[in-house]
Order: sequence, then structure tokens, then C-alpha cells
Amino acid sequence: MSDPANSETISVHQSEQAASRLKRRKRRESGFQLLGISAIVAALTALVWLMVSIVGTGYTAFYQHHMSIEVVLDESLLDPTGARDPDALRKANYRRIVQNTLYDRFPEITERRAKQALFKTVSASGATDMVRQMVYNDPSLVGQTISLIVPTSDDVDQFLKGYIDRDVPEDRRKLSDQQIGWVDTLVETGEIRARFNWAFFTATDSRDPELAGIAGAVAGSFMALLVAFLVAVPIGIGAAVYLEEFAPENLLTDIVEININNLAAVPSIIFGLLGLAVFLNFFGMPRSAPLVGGLVLALMTLPTIIIATRAALRAVSPSIVNGALSLGASKTQAVFHHKVPLAAPGILTGTIIGMAQALGETAPLLMIGMVAFVTEIPTSVTEPASALPVQIFLWADSAERAWAERTSAAIIALLVVLVSMNALAIFLRSKLEKRW
Amino acid sequence: MVDMSSPTGLEDPKFQVRDVRVSYGDNEALHGISLDIPKTGVTAFIGPSGCGKSTFLRVFNRMNDTIPNARVTGEVLLDGQDIYGPDIDPVLLRARVGMVFQKPNPFPKSIYDNVAYGPRIHGLTTSAAELDGVVEKSLRRAALWDEVKDRLNEQGTSLSGGQQQRLVIARAIAVQPEVILMDEPASALDPIATAKLEELLDELKEKYCIVIVTHSMAQAARVSQRTAFFHLGHLVEYDLTNKVFTNPTDTRTQDYITGRTG
Repeated sequence: MSDPANSETISVHQSEQAASRLKRRKRRESGFQLLGISAIVAALTALVWLMVSIVGTGYTAFYQHHMSIEVVLDESLLDPTGARDPDALRKANYRRIVQNTLYDRFPEITERRAKQALFKTVSASGATDMVRQMVYNDPSLVGQTISLIVPTSDDVDQFLKGYIDRDVPEDRRKLSDQQIGWVDTLVETGEIRARFNWAFFTATDSRDPELAGIAGAVAGSFMALLVAFLVAVPIGIGAAVYLEEFAPENLLTDIVEININNLAAVPSIIFGLLGLAVFLNFFGMPRSAPLVGGLVLALMTLPTIIIATRAALRAVSPSIVNGALSLGASKTQAVFHHKVPLAAPGILTGTIIGMAQALGETAPLLMIGMVAFVTEIPTSVTEPASALPVQIFLWADSAERAWAERTSAAIIALLVVLVSMNALAIFLRSKLEKRW
Repeated sequence: MVDMSSPTGLEDPKFQVRDVRVSYGDNEALHGISLDIPKTGVTAFIGPSGCGKSTFLRVFNRMNDTIPNARVTGEVLLDGQDIYGPDIDPVLLRARVGMVFQKPNPFPKSIYDNVAYGPRIHGLTTSAAELDGVVEKSLRRAALWDEVKDRLNEQGTSLSGGQQQRLVIARAIAVQPEVILMDEPASALDPIATAKLEELLDELKEKYCIVIVTHSMAQAARVSQRTAFFHLGHLVEYDLTNKVFTNPTDTRTQDYITGRTG
């Protein structure tokens, strides 16, 4: 084994050339490792940047400044007849009640324009709706004075969050010097305080950012996803098991297979167009409904589920199937008793990843009208609804400063749901794999 | 194929094989095999790698059917009935002709469920107690009962390799087969587990027709009563094990068993 050129005792692996060869090999290997590490660092940097930017913009949406007010429910304004007629009570002038409340707080203001400016510090529709609802629920309140906590207007909120600079000239900012003076007074006395923004999670979309929430969009997304799950999972797994295990090997099967793989790469907006043409125009299903959204998302997820299921089935050791066959199990029994249960973790992971993908999908929902301005939480899959990603899209398009933080907050909510779904996939996978 | 009268002249055989050829696509792996296999006892198939002995074994329970482009011609009679005939369902055939594979392949289920699987799919038992009895009897017959009786609910895959192979044999026995085919059952086992397996074969041969493919000539000599030597897809020699190992008629057999080829 020794190099004939060298002395008989030095092996080919101990020569100087061998040392330099080894050095070169090591250099190449460490070069590759360095490349891998820098790739990971680049990816992590992008991820951290994204998270910092979204959370940095969005976290302020989770608190909101509220004003404590003492509302005098003046009987002469609300119910001059004293009949306590619910219809009349609903139509009464609550705007005036709220206005009077604020004017009473600052009695020194008499000028009309100043009064209007004062009213703009509070969320006009938020406060009036709240008072109306309370009186409507309990007409005996009329004539009493009640304490309420109402959201400030979005401009005041943004000012207090530091997004409106008081050093900017007055004519170039949303709040006048006068308004800032009142707000400062109210903050000093503790009448304006920041509170957790429950409305963001319980309210639906609104024209006023301080009142807008994601509840309607979350409900719409949930329903659409439920429909997609119920449709895509049985069809997808059934198709995959048949194609993988039972389909005859012929041209037709090949064509089906190629098309399924191609469908996985079709842009999602095309699925939206398909849904528009088939479900809305041909079958006449309702517009903007989670039912249609779910069906479109199901079509979009099908290839993902089929491909994941087939891969999971293929990964099951053939020795298990042979064992079953050798005991006299039929092919169908071998597949359903052994192969499918063993492939279940993989199928599950593929399904959840497909569902997570569907949850984040916006384009197909735009095509079937799930982009409507919906102010009620849908209670059935045929009612108009929005979806979380569409809500983000809508808010991102709005002008006021307050929408920016809400957009980011909605993105955070979406990401939390996605991460939880993926965590669930990992958890179920490890749990199921232990059992089998 | 040297002595045609000897391999097929058996009285009251379990299997009668006549001119069986197996091809994968255009490639013929077995070139016309004819032999008889007795009702009880161990018959060993030996020969160098790639000689077709495992392919031939899979002829007996039609496992070659599961390979897409495999084709079997010729005649294989089980108790006088052609198993490749139109009125034979391979599913029922495999219940009569069990098989144990090279690598132990217990199902990833409990020990109990492994053994109970066959009786369950064939509906052999009517009550849970009866099934319990079948499981115990099968595990006893496979010489595994004493080792696992207290942990029947544990995973079959948690057993050692030798125990797994005996579990798989118990699983096959539970279906009440007439024949057990074994494809190099000891090749993944250590010498102690192999010895146990051979001991088990010695007991089973009284009741079953056992056909075993093995790489180890010593094993063939120890456990079998008849030995068939295959070479390049041909049956070279088939006779009583004693005779094959002490007085082979073909030089190829002689070269192989003395270690000159193989």
C-alpha cells in the first residue's frame, strides 16, 4: 500500500501530499458549512425584521384610550311624552345627550366651532350607540345620571400614542391646539386613560377605526375553513388512497396524476375565478358567503392534501403490507387496516398545512365577493362575511393613521392562528407517531 | 434438472410443481421448475444469491401477484388443485399458505393484536374468550408465550428481533395454515435467537408443511429433511437433505456446499 516513489515505510496517507489533500477537503467542507450558516442567518434576519416591524406597528392597537363621562339622561330630550315607548326611545337624539355631557364638562366653552371641536375628541358614533343601547335595554335609566367609559376619537387616541406630533404647525395636524389642551386636561385628571382594547376582538368592521374589530372576519374565516375542511379532507384522502393503491396503471391515471400536480401550482386567484363562474354564476350560490369561500378554498387545498397523503402512504414500509397480505388480508384490508393508519400522521400534517395555507388566502375570496364591508358577525355559512386576510387587505387600504396599527394587529392575530395550527400539527404528529 | 424422476416422484405430496417459469417483464428468473413438496416436514431451498429461490418461494402463496410486471406460468397443485386456476382466490390461498419474511415485520400494534389480526379478518372465532384461546395457543406453539404472557398489550415492535420473528410465526400460525413459507427467517437474527427458531421449526415440522429459504447451508442441514439446490434459475438437485449434503450428484451442488462457489 506504500507509494513506490517514497520509502517503503511511509504509507500513501502519511505523505505531505496527503496532508495537503486533507487540508483542501476540510476547507471545502467548512466553506459549505459557512454558506449554510450564513443562509440561516439571512433567513432569521428577514424573519426577525418582519416580526419586529409588524409587532412594533401593531402592538399599540391592543390598547385604546377611553374617556370617562357622566351622562345625564335628560328626560325632556329623550322622552318628552314620558311614555317610555321603545321605538321613540331608540330614535331619540342621543348625539345631543353626549354633546351636552361634554359641554357640561367644559362650561367655559361657548363658541359653536369650539363646541364642535370638543365633541370630536370622543368617538361620536361609539358614545351615542353605547348610550342608546343602555337606555333601550333599561328604559328606567331615563332621568338618571350614569357613568360611562367611551372610546376617544381615533385622532385623540393616535395623538396620545405619540403618532401626532404636537410640535407640527397647527394647520398641518389633525388636532387643534385647543383640542390638545382639553385632552391634556382630561389626561391629567385621569378622565382619559388607556385601557385594553377588547373591542378589537369582539367588534366587527366599522368605518371608525376606534370601533373596528376582527370578530366578524374571524368568524367568517372560521366558517370558510370549516367548509373547506369538511369538503377537502374526505375527497382529498379518498382520491389519494384510490390513486396510490387501487387505480389501474394506464394513460387516464397518468393524466389525472399530472393534472393534480399541476393544480397545486395554479395561482389561487384562478380558483377564485372558477368559484365565481361555477358556484355563483352557474349554481347561483349567495355572494360573499363563507360557504362559497370554503368551497373555493377546498378546491385550492385538494392538490396539497392529495400530494401529502400519497407521499405519506408511499412512506409506509411495504413489509407491513406484505405481512398483512401473507395472512390472507385482501388488498383493501391491508390498505385500510395498516397503511392508512400508519400514514395518518403524515396525512394530518399535510391537511393542517393545507388548511393553514387556505386560511391565509386572500385572492380567491376577493373574486367571490368576500370583500364586503360586513358589520355583523355571520351566524350561518350563507350569510355575507369577510375573512381575516381580506380584512387586513381592506384596512391596509384605508387612509387614517389608526388603520395602520389595526392592520398590523390583525396580521399578528392571523400569524398567531397560523402558528397555533402548525404547532397543533407537530403535536398531533408526534403523539400519533408514538401510538403507532 | 438432472434427475427429473426424483424431484417429482413423491407419494401424496402437498405441492406438485410442474414446469413453473417466473418472469419479470422480459427477464425470466425461473426456467421451468418441477418438484414435489411433502405434506409435513421441512423442505429447504438453498443456492447462491440471485438463483431464484426466494422468487420460487413466493410462487406458493402467489405473492408474486403483488409485483406489477411479474408473470407465472406452469402448474402448481396444492392438494391436487391448481392454485393459479381461475376458481382460486389468492386471499384464501394465503390463509392456507402462511409466510414469514426475512426481516421480522410485526404490525405496529400490541402483541395480542398482532396474533389476533388473522383470526379477526377471517372470522375464525366467535367470542372474545375463544380469540384469547387462539392467541395463547399460537404464542405457545411459537415458543413465545412464556416471554410475553404478562405484556400482551405492549407493542409487537418493542420485542427483540428473535422474539419479533417468533411473534410473526405465531401470527401466521393463528390463521391455521397448512403450509408455512419462510424466506431466510434467521438472516436478521443472532446465533442464540437462530437456535431458538430452529428448535421451533423442529416442533412445527410435525404438523405443518414448512418450506424454508436459507443462505446458511449448516441451517439447511440442521433443520430440513429435503433440500433443493437452485442455480441461475434452474433446479439443480432436489433430494433428501442427507443425500444432498453427503453425496451430491451434480458438481455445481458439490462446489456450492463445499464452499468452492457461492
